[in-house]
Amino acid sequence: MDQWILTLLTFVPVIGAAVILCVPGEQKNTIRWLALLTTGICMVLAVWLFNAYDRANPAMQFVVQVPWIPSFNIEYHIGLDGLSVSMVLLTALITLLCIPASWSIEKGVKGYFALLLLLQTGMQGVFVSLDFFLFYVFWEIMLLPMYFLIGIWGGPRKEYAAIKFFLYTLAGSVLLLLAMLAMYFNTTDPATGENTFNMLVMMDQANHSEWLRAGTIFGRSAPLMLWMAMFIGFAIKVPLFPFHTWLPDAHVEAPTAISVILAGVLLKMGTYGILRFNYQMLPDASQYFSTLLAVIGVVNIVYGAFCALAQTDLKRLVAYSSISHMGYVILGMSAFTVHGINGAVFQMFNHGTITAMLFLLVGVIYDRAHHRYIVFPNDYHEPELRGQLGFGGLWTHMPIYGSLTMIAYFAALGLPGLSGFISEALCFLGAFPVHRTLTIIGTLGVLLGAGYMLWAFQRLFMGSFNERNKDLPEINSREIATIVPLAVVVIVLGIYPAPVLDLIAASLSDLSHTLSAHSGMAANAF
Amino acid sequence: MLSVILIPVLPLLGFAVQAFFGRRLPRGGDFVPLGCIGIAFLLSLRIFIEALTAYSADWKMLFGPFVWLDLESHQISVGLLVDNITAVMLMVVTVVSFLVHLYSTSYMHGDEKYSRFFGFLGIFSFSMLGLVIVDNFLLLYVFWELVGLSSYLLIGFWFERDAPANASKKAFLTNRVGDLGFFVGIMILFWKVGAFDFQSVYDGIAAGKVSGWLLTAAGLCLFCGAIGKSAQFPLHVWLPDAMEGPTPVSALIHAATMVAAGVYMVTRMFPILTPDAMVVIAYIGAITALLGSTIAVAQYDIKRVLAYSTISQLGYMIMGLGVGAYVAGFFHLVTHAAFKACLFLGSGSVIHAMHDAYHGDHDVDEQDMRNMGGLRKQMPVTFATFLLATVALAGVPLTSGFLSKDAILAGALGFGGFAHPQHFLIPLFGFAAAFLTAYYMFRLVFVTFYGEPADERVSHAHESPRAMTIPLVVLASLSLWFFYSLNPVGQGWFYDLVKEPPQVALMDAQVSLPATTPNTEAAMMTAGGSHDDPAHRAHYPAMALSILLAAGGIFLAYKRYYNNQKAMMAHEAKLLETSWLFRALHNKWYFDEMYSASFIRGTMALRSALSWFDTWIIDGIVNLSAYFARALAWIQGLADRKIVDGLVNLVADSIIEAGGQLRRVQTGRIQTYVILLLAGMIVLMIARMVV
Repeated sequence: MDQWILTLLTFVPVIGAAVILCVPGEQKNTIRWLALLTTGICMVLAVWLFNAYDRANPAMQFVVQVPWIPSFNIEYHIGLDGLSVSMVLLTALITLLCIPASWSIEKGVKGYFALLLLLQTGMQGVFVSLDFFLFYVFWEIMLLPMYFLIGIWGGPRKEYAAIKFFLYTLAGSVLLLLAMLAMYFNTTDPATGENTFNMLVMMDQANHSEWLRAGTIFGRSAPLMLWMAMFIGFAIKVPLFPFHTWLPDAHVEAPTAISVILAGVLLKMGTYGILRFNYQMLPDASQYFSTLLAVIGVVNIVYGAFCALAQTDLKRLVAYSSISHMGYVILGMSAFTVHGINGAVFQMFNHGTITAMLFLLVGVIYDRAHHRYIVFPNDYHEPELRGQLGFGGLWTHMPIYGSLTMIAYFAALGLPGLSGFISEALCFLGAFPVHRTLTIIGTLGVLLGAGYMLWAFQRLFMGSFNERNKDLPEINSREIATIVPLAVVVIVLGIYPAPVLDLIAASLSDLSHTLSAHSGMAANAF
Repeated sequence: MLSVILIPVLPLLGFAVQAFFGRRLPRGGDFVPLGCIGIAFLLSLRIFIEALTAYSADWKMLFGPFVWLDLESHQISVGLLVDNITAVMLMVVTVVSFLVHLYSTSYMHGDEKYSRFFGFLGIFSFSMLGLVIVDNFLLLYVFWELVGLSSYLLIGFWFERDAPANASKKAFLTNRVGDLGFFVGIMILFWKVGAFDFQSVYDGIAAGKVSGWLLTAAGLCLFCGAIGKSAQFPLHVWLPDAMEGPTPVSALIHAATMVAAGVYMVTRMFPILTPDAMVVIAYIGAITALLGSTIAVAQYDIKRVLAYSTISQLGYMIMGLGVGAYVAGFFHLVTHAAFKACLFLGSGSVIHAMHDAYHGDHDVDEQDMRNMGGLRKQMPVTFATFLLATVALAGVPLTSGFLSKDAILAGALGFGGFAHPQHFLIPLFGFAAAFLTAYYMFRLVFVTFYGEPADERVSHAHESPRAMTIPLVVLASLSLWFFYSLNPVGQGWFYDLVKEPPQVALMDAQVSLPATTPNTEAAMMTAGGSHDDPAHRAHYPAMALSILLAAGGIFLAYKRYYNNQKAMMAHEAKLLETSWLFRALHNKWYFDEMYSASFIRGTMALRSALSWFDTWIIDGIVNLSAYFARALAWIQGLADRKIVDGLVNLVADSIIEAGGQLRRVQTGRIQTYVILLLAGMIVLMIARMVV
């Protein structure tokens, strides 16, 4: 099982997709249940993995390494450590919950679920790959279903959003491709003496060529340029300011479940990539850019929060809150401290669950009211509604929905007792000793976060009841079933975070120590 | 250990039962939280008795440390601490909370969200009790925010109306402003000391790990949390609005316990405060004490008067701690909890009666004391208890309020009057507030309970039911002196059990500050052993002065309001138009207006600007580059079609053209071929001949 677990986790979804393709398109329920079964199997595998993972061992586990394209030393090389195991579990959980959340999709059911499962393969593959080439393949595989899922099942401006998402990410991929080739040609596997895509080999600077250590491109330091190329590739995915504007558009147009995956898992690939590639392959350059990372993190936090405060579309608000919350991740990791890096990865996990809740909750109201305006915008097609509250007083009318929303909103604003607080606090505590002023500015995000969340809650759920919404039914049990598991995770981890921290801590503490060891060199290196 | 943990956990259990089953249980399930808090009270009582039996200032129980966040190479541990301060706080919280639960069974009776109310009370009791038993700043922050949550939920309990919804949001956000500072303080301490628990922080600072201005900054940052939670100037603005919550909530959360959390927190961080930080804290407290009492003078809403009074009294506590009167500051927290809860519950009783008397007439403000009058006859129990609590608040001898307030004023006078005359404003503000307190409280009593009813309907008001009057009686009797000290002017058990902790910051401050600065001296005076001296000298003058001022205030209120409430109210209505001062007081010194013109409008302007920037500049660049690429592609396409493809087509066209021309040759007629053949042969022959 140890040998097969990761392969199964990665490829069971695509097998499920293949099976679904064989079912006639009219049998919608069969397709839905097959998709649920597939993701359910993945979840069982993930739980098995959760139990089997050796928490004390910081190194790669469940490693499989077989040749794939020997002429270029490309291998099917997978494995996972504390950093990736948390993301693999998150992916399995989020995808599983996305299936019931997609139950109401009626158009092209077969294609939808097949693409969704293909997407899961891509995501899992990204997190387990230990071969740069393999990683790149999965990275691109993931792009394709996402494009179609937004472009076909999306809202009114779906084509615009899909193309924007696709091209933007592809632009990042190009930089990543260049960086990959540069790494390949400048890394020598000591075992064979040949160039390699093996990421573990790339992570040992002893295997880097002289050029990669001190060379130049266009008159600038090669490692810094290479770092920047990878960083921009990943930053687009996070997304970091100023590469973030594809995100609100993609979210607004994407169907609920796709928004959930997008925010819950896809964004984490950016920060995962920075931690895996930038940090581990080019630690000196990472040290060099520490302050830049902190600045970008703080800009993301504060800028995202201010933009969120200005949104009238609930989904856009949540999208900008994601931008703000991913800023905590960057700020946390920018200092290379044990607390900061653990906080960053824990925040990645927690943001995955919390923001998934937020999007699922938006989906609930959108399915009923067919709009999701907190306040109708000034160009709304019904002139008499412009500037009016879209909802209001919903808590009395939909008490369960209101209470679940309250949990999610308070989790998002970092209330202690819910998981987001612990990770944000760790990010701040970790970043503070290194970037003091920036961290203090960053704490503003906590205040602004409370501002936009509570303001939105008030306008949606408090005040007098808007009679236009009197026919909206209360949240149903299928929707509750998608949200409650996340709420439980958020509450449990808020009180007792050990289940996740134990998984990630060993590897990340190692990573932090490795990076800190480079702090002295960085000052002189460039 | 288990019994300590159970104290906060029981109310949480009550919340869980209410949340899931409350509405299905008989009586809305109110007996579950009532029973939970009752047991929590008994458990607290046991601890309190244990503390009393030990009767030692050093008595304490520590549980832990337990690893909470295990980061492999670093651990963050937490634990529980029960010492005399905790024991006292547990008693204060559980007693008031129990009585408020009891009171609410009647007050909230018939509300459609009855069981939800008790659930929220459960969350509050859980968070507040958790707050006082933890041994570290991190968990203190956690529970600190959780009491903020319960405050948010309960202020906004009647969220269908806009005022409570706005007030709850305002309370949470204003508190968060203070909490940012709190968290920065925690970060500074953790950065330098590497731990969160009180003892390690004290030890770390004693060892010199943080010192000088950074320690002052850390102390003041932590204190920012107290500024928010305890409604100190300049973050006091949320507390009056919080009165939109149900009155039992105002009594429990916004008078007796939660708002005192800031004071509790200052007692915990007292040892690390530098002299500079203490002076700032003393000024903040003194300003708040005066500010609150001035505004209370010109309010008509019975709950708002009490709210500003609470602000003012919290200012007293903070001022007491700031001037080094550590025990007195904390003592006032305890005594104030009883009589202020009594006052709020009493006002609730009045409002309840007014509601019945006016039959919910929406044109009449049931909380406006101008609509009351003469209630002492209809509501004798409410009146008697309210009066007793008022006397205590005014600081009249033989009450608990006299004991604690007098001690604070003595400390302030010793500090600002004798030890450091340059800080004379601190005692001045304190004594002025004492005078105003007596004045506005008796104004309230005379207008509400004396004179003639403002309306015929008020004369039919009747006393509240037993479940509401029993808590009033209990709390009013707790305002008497003998619970705290048998000697009505002396120091009782409280002073034996709670002792000022040694100032760890001091050793270091002496080193880092030049010996000549007044602050060093201040530090030695306030915190060292020699501190007793000026405070002792100040004791009797302060006592005399405070009795005199209280009597003066009461007398002035008596002169103005005892006989002619109606005329005075009319007079004040005229004052509102003619006197800018009275108008400013009535409008709370315009703090809300200033904040909304500056911070709120600033934030709103900034969010609009950034959002515009995001849409038109950042995304504009993205879209522009897309358009640019499309334009380029279009030009290329054009070029491709016209030039590149044009060349290709030209070649093809030429060939076709040539072929077309040549085709004419292929006519199919034999004669033509023969002629052409002959012509060709002739040409070849001529050519041959020529060559």
